Amino acid sequence: MASLDDLKKRIMSVKSTQKITKAMKMVAAAKLKRAQESAERGRPYSEKMNNIILNLSLGVADKESAPKLLSGSGKNQIHLCVVMTSDRGLCGGFNANIIKKAKNYFSDVTKEGKEIKIITVGSKGNDQLKRLYGDKIIENISFKDSKNANFFDAEKVGKIIIEKFDKEEFDICTIFFNQFKNVITQIPQAQQIIPLNAVNENQENLNESYEFEPDEDEILNNLLPKNISTQIFKAMLENSASEQGARMSAMDNATRNAGEMVDKLTIEYNRSRQAAITKELIEIISGAESL
Amino acid sequence: MSEEFKIDIVNPEKYFLTKDDVIEVIVPAFEGEMGILKDHISIISFLKPGVITVRTKSNDEKFYVEDGIVEFKNNNLSVLTSNIINIKDLEKSKVQDLIKIAEAEANKSGMNDQVKFLADQKIDTLRSIN
Repeated sequence: MASLDDLKKRIMSVKSTQKITKAMKMVAAAKLKRAQESAERGRPYSEKMNNIILNLSLGVADKESAPKLLSGSGKNQIHLCVVMTSDRGLCGGFNANIIKKAKNYFSDVTKEGKEIKIITVGSKGNDQLKRLYGDKIIENISFKDSKNANFFDAEKVGKIIIEKFDKEEFDICTIFFNQFKNVITQIPQAQQIIPLNAVNENQENLNESYEFEPDEDEILNNLLPKNISTQIFKAMLENSASEQGARMSAMDNATRNAGEMVDKLTIEYNRSRQAAITKELIEIISGAESL
Repeated sequence: MSEEFKIDIVNPEKYFLTKDDVIEVIVPAFEGEMGILKDHISIISFLKPGVITVRTKSNDEKFYVEDGIVEFKNNNLSVLTSNIINIKDLEKSKVQDLIKIAEAEANKSGMNDQVKFLADQKIDTLRSIN
């Protein structure tokens, strides 16, 4: 059994760890609120954007002449995967979930004999992927310096992707991120952004005929790159809300576990102290008896 | 009958402006300025750098935009833009900075006509605000 001194030290150290996790939980909770708000505020923009593109893509009659960002390059040989993770750790399974989802996708695609290329956003994803897929990572982007997810950063990522698409470096682009459902649930998502999968959810009100100025093709050409940035920005917002949520629940668990540990250690400490006292008493009594 | 319709100006971060008593909106559409009144036909167009004027009964508000998309449908006008500033909040020094950035952009070599046109447009607009 450990000595009394050792136990005391142990208790102190667990207690101070508990203080740290508690503080981190508080910080995450405060940040979560902000991240959640901005994720909600960002939704109308991407929804409207989606709607307009949906209307436009229905208006494009001739699929052959449609912009490549919409219809794809006609092949599906090279897959570009944008894996979006956080820059900081200590957030439970947040990063691991995205990585797992991405790795599954990688192995599926590789099995079909296709090639993958990876762009990592956020340093944690890069750290975890570079061991297995180091040669596939073509770019690593990190926004450690910017405090909140902002559109400017998303645009940077979007530009890189479009540039690579124009050079025909890949055929299909998918982004991986965590969708924020609530504080304890985040769902890892894979969303294909090139070519665009237009989802017709509410087909009825799409019969609206629009006037376009200039023509559809030109608007689409102008709009599609913007849509990519928008989708990435949406993913960034969802991700940052998810990250804070995951961190909050992870830290909450850690605080609780530390509490349990302190209780256990205290009992052990008290027991061994009592044992020492009893031992001393026995020694005194048996000494007195022998006299 | 009322002559009013609704406008939403949205940027990626939030709803920038929402009003439902607008009489007329003038937007700098790509092929020229465009005034939108109530019961305009459904239209989608995109913006060049310029000034959006939102007219209500009581006052006019002006916003400087660098890019964006407008959609008008069922008397709902949506403007999606990533760069928008209310001209009231735009300080002289800031305008000067923006002009400098725009000029640097316009003087870059090797760009196509459309980019050049947009850059020039930006400079003109900023100068007129100044």
